[in-house]
Amino acid sequence: MTEAVQILSRGLGIGSVYALLALGFVIIYKSTRVISFAQPAFMLAGAVLATYLVIPLGFFAAVPLAALGTAALALGVERVAVRPMVGRPAFTVAIITLGVDVVVRVFASAFIGIELRQVRDPWGLKSTIIFGTEVQQRHIAMLVTTAVIVAALYAFFRFTRMGLAMRAAAYDQEAAMAQGISVGAVFAMSWAIAGALAAVGGVFAATGGGSVEQTLWIIALVALPVIILGGLDSLLGAVLGGLMVGVLQELVAQYQQYFPEWMGGNISVITPYVVMLLVLLVRPYGLFGTREVERV
Amino acid sequence: MLQVQNLEVVYDDVMLVLRGVSLRVPPGEIVALLGANGAGKTTLLRALCGLLDPHDGEITKGSIALDEQPIHGLRPAAIVRRGVSQVMEGRRTFAELSVEENLRLGAHTNPRNRAAGIERAFTLFPVLAARRKDTAGYLSGGEQQMLAMGRALMAEPRFLLLDEPSLGLAPRLVEQIRDLIVAINRQGTGVLLVEQNATMALSIASHGYVMETGKIVLDKPAAELLADEDVREFYLGLHPEGTVKSFREVKHYKRRKRWLS
Repeated sequence: MTEAVQILSRGLGIGSVYALLALGFVIIYKSTRVISFAQPAFMLAGAVLATYLVIPLGFFAAVPLAALGTAALALGVERVAVRPMVGRPAFTVAIITLGVDVVVRVFASAFIGIELRQVRDPWGLKSTIIFGTEVQQRHIAMLVTTAVIVAALYAFFRFTRMGLAMRAAAYDQEAAMAQGISVGAVFAMSWAIAGALAAVGGVFAATGGGSVEQTLWIIALVALPVIILGGLDSLLGAVLGGLMVGVLQELVAQYQQYFPEWMGGNISVITPYVVMLLVLLVRPYGLFGTREVERV
Repeated sequence: MLQVQNLEVVYDDVMLVLRGVSLRVPPGEIVALLGANGAGKTTLLRALCGLLDPHDGEITKGSIALDEQPIHGLRPAAIVRRGVSQVMEGRRTFAELSVEENLRLGAHTNPRNRAAGIERAFTLFPVLAARRKDTAGYLSGGEQQMLAMGRALMAEPRFLLLDEPSLGLAPRLVEQIRDLIVAINRQGTGVLLVEQNATMALSIASHGYVMETGKIVLDKPAAELLADEDVREFYLGLHPEGTVKSFREVKHYKRRKRWLS
């Protein structure tokens, strides 16, 4: 029981970070049909920005502001590097986002410098007792925040004019244009949302007393197996996939000692990718990837 | 007045699809645009709505004016806002969204009158009211056509462009759609009706145009077009009484050539 609660809390905590990043991938993919490889860079940029803002403003003001700042950065990148490529093959645009990723990452890294940059979250490594088990507060905070963000996104896509327009454009761009929806605005919006989500994910990944380092972005790579697992075009899949991968990773890490020795000591790191391969074999469109609505 | 003058449209920089098309849709009237496949009807509608861009099309000559104001070169959103909406060929409803969401999307440029617009759409198309929460993709073809028309009306257009509303519908549904077009027109909306079903289109239109290979070849009041011998033969499938229809006698190419001269 103790172990189970611990694994769950750790897994869901880190899984929330994956979920936030994966959501960004999926939102951009749905509206532009391009996988944006720039997410890791926005994650790093957001975390770095937060370390600068946290000193004068405090953690709870710094995180939303860092998210906004990263959203603005993503908007700029979309306008300058991606919008001119509208109508080109998705592959071309994907490669451009790879370049964007490198550029943004180099700039963000330059702001890290030689000092220890921390997000100074209020939780650190403190823990609370839940079901008689010690659980880290930051993991609970991550899960709760992600839940709030997901609920907000749901409401946005369901009820607001812009959210609905984004869903329509994702389904049929030309028909959306014929309704007077500006597809450019939809693209910009999706990049901004993805940037903000990546920033929050980056801040969370850097909590727990650690510092923001240049290698932080590697965590974002796990979002790839997550979106394959959940289905490229499913927001729900991104969230559930992220949480599942997080828990699975912690599960493997916990029982590492019972695995044969030849597997080495870090098998949990590659777990997401192994799962991705297995899912690709069985359900290439992911566990939650939507099939087309068809009238028979 | 929606007015097209000497419009020339080129796809991919090389394909000349419209070669000097001129056409007028007076306010509050139904104008029919007939023509075979590939004549350029859909391209003309795309040009009117600013939707050439995604197809790599470009207006190279001529003008489109709404009440004397040029609207060619405007973005689709601006054109919808000025009062020109299109129901695209094949209905193009957002299949994954609900009926109501589809209607809400139609009011994207007109959010203030959204609630009133939805009520109006439900009065005009009672079928949709019964299925407002259903996924649009599961509606029948006729219902989807009504949804697409209702969606376009949400923007409260002064001119409605309909691209083959009868496509793939059973004859009884075609009649129903025809009556709906008349009803919409009675509320003061000008209609440009692109159709292959010439009988239906000409029965409600006041004026008709016939297009062939990117040109308007006939331009007459609908009643005269209905009586026109060539139109009767080519578009209505009728032939003078007592004669046997033989493709050899029809000699399409010669007859068509005469129009173009």
